[in-house]
Amino acid sequence: MGTAYNGKIARINLTTGEIKVEALDLEMAKKFIGGRGLGTKMLYDEGCATVDPLSPENKLIYLTGPMTGTLAPSAGRYMVVTKSPLTGMIASSNSGGVWGVRLKHAGWDGLIVEGKSEKLCRINIEDDKIELLPAEEFAGMQSEALDDKLKELYPKCSVLNIGPAGEHQSLLAAIMNDKDRAAGRSGVGAVMGSKNLKAITVTASSNTCQVTDLAALKASSMDCRKLLKENSVTGEGLAAFGTAVLVNIINSTGSLPTKNWQESYFDKADDISGETMKDTCLVRNSACYGCPIACGRVVDIDGKVVGGPEYEPLWAYGANCGLNDLKAINTANMLCNEYGLDAISTPCTIASAMELYQRGYITEEECAGVPLTWGSSEAIMEWTKRMGEGELPLAKLMADGSYRLCEHYGHPEYSMSVKKQEMPAYDARGIQGIGITYATSNRGGCHVRGYLISPEILGLPEQLDRTTTEGKAKWAMIFQDLTAVIDSMGMCLFSSFALGAPEYAALLNAATGTTYTPEQLLEVGERIYNIERLFNKAAGMKPEDDRLPKRLLEEPIQNDLSKDMVSQLPVTLPQYYEARGWVDAFPTQATLERLGLAE
Amino acid sequence: MLEVRLFATLREGREKVYFLEAEKYKVPADILDELKIPHEEVAITLINGRHSKLDTSLKDGDLVAIFPPVGGG
Ligand code: SF4
Repeated sequence: MGTAYNGKIARINLTTGEIKVEALDLEMAKKFIGGRGLGTKMLYDEGCATVDPLSPENKLIYLTGPMTGTLAPSAGRYMVVTKSPLTGMIASSNSGGVWGVRLKHAGWDGLIVEGKSEKLCRINIEDDKIELLPAEEFAGMQSEALDDKLKELYPKCSVLNIGPAGEHQSLLAAIMNDKDRAAGRSGVGAVMGSKNLKAITVTASSNTCQVTDLAALKASSMDCRKLLKENSVTGEGLAAFGTAVLVNIINSTGSLPTKNWQESYFDKADDISGETMKDTCLVRNSACYGCPIACGRVVDIDGKVVGGPEYEPLWAYGANCGLNDLKAINTANMLCNEYGLDAISTPCTIASAMELYQRGYITEEECAGVPLTWGSSEAIMEWTKRMGEGELPLAKLMADGSYRLCEHYGHPEYSMSVKKQEMPAYDARGIQGIGITYATSNRGGCHVRGYLISPEILGLPEQLDRTTTEGKAKWAMIFQDLTAVIDSMGMCLFSSFALGAPEYAALLNAATGTTYTPEQLLEVGERIYNIERLFNKAAGMKPEDDRLPKRLLEEPIQNDLSKDMVSQLPVTLPQYYEARGWVDAFPTQATLERLGLAE
Repeated sequence: MLEVRLFATLREGREKVYFLEAEKYKVPADILDELKIPHEEVAITLINGRHSKLDTSLKDGDLVAIFPPVGGG
């Protein structure tokens, strides 16, 4: 009986050049699904929790999920799992496009890359052939240009690579694929750079994907496509305005962090909104493999047609830097793609530098001709470029994120980060539940580890009061666990606006032959969340790392829409730990036993 | 006076912002009727930043923001 797993992993040692084919442990796959869950379990078992993230001992796992490349909708994703050099904890960054699908169709579930190449190298995969090749000729190349170049060599390939930022091991470096898709967060690009690995090209001449019950998968995929189409968010809203439509909504609740979270309302928000983008520079929308939602933006910058910014960079370069110049934001976002930088943490770090400049800690002289002034178009573009190049001393410092930057100036409190990773575009003072997920996210400040914005702002699946704490701990846990499942299956989180645990269970069961009920599937998600926590514990995480920046607890919001609000995390965090069966931030023995994680 | 802001598709064929006499509009549903917005096209109504229903009472000086179904992440 076939399953949606290929059953095959390639282990590529860059130190020795040895390439080994290993069988995927299918029992383990059943317990952790694939992608984020299985990748974390593998990395943990490989002993990577205690290594230096930028040493040859760290490993990079590129893993698809069982649904990746099947006929399920929005199932084109892969996950990069490694120990993060930014947070020192687990990193799992996921990306769409088609690269993961090509890897799966070429016959692989994933790759484990270990060691370090002496010189810059690249990997080329054509079906079951894998070769390690020199790449010195591509040193310093920008991500999009390299994509074009490698396609000249392999016309039908999909390209994954790092830009200059990854090569100089910026802790904000992303791994890019298919030009403008990014495994963006937690500095995974720096790990690739530390191994001297510039690119991985994959060509699949056919599709090796099998599934256990094709008829059942066809039926449940059809059900899901219907639900996605009928749902007004996934059927119309995301295609029309992209994620950028959130700018105005979040601002209308007085919870749009502005000027590095010193304020929470941006009076020029409409200028950088999805609505304005649609009216001025949007060329069309775009989609990842097999995705009917098609949330991607393609924009025109003075005749150059490129991937456009999502909500996060729009906010981070816009409101968070006090700027309402959409063209400058589009350009800065493009620079992130070209240099291979995280388009959330990079602008957030610029915002923190602007606050340091405002307060006089960063001097005029250090700015080398481009002052870090709020609302400066020139500043966001030039400093993104400088961070991508990593040559100027201040830019080099900024390229390692806001925490290290602010700590350098003696004021870590101006870094709006959790576990040293920058928080995204929703103020946790005005929206209480999202703060729980920021504080307890295993990969640090992040919105896609339990997107409580959905119930607290968008009213999906039901409307919660954003200003209260009641019941939020439990909601946070359920959202985190379901997200872990979706991420591990190889599907896009946005599908969950229309789909729930029963639909995901039906898809997974048909594809792999498991017999999960929706409840059991959520328990798998819980197991994944807990294995991540065990990884972090082994990596040296402390209970006080589950925290929010002081500003969110002590400086109330001033605007009328969320007046006087601060985060109630001290109230909700104990409730959350209780719901999880954790004490002092870590699972108890009983919890580990219940989840089958006891050693 | 009420300040009414429309977003996303609700702007098609309409203004972004309206200033309306508070006395004439008791609840957000009255505003929708005036602006010829079918009720089923509205997903989120905020009064002064707080989620409200179409029959929540309005008072002079309120800021009303109205959205169709939208999402993102
Ligand atoms: S919803 Fe957007 S990000 Fe997700 S798979 Fe579809 S196009 Fe890609």
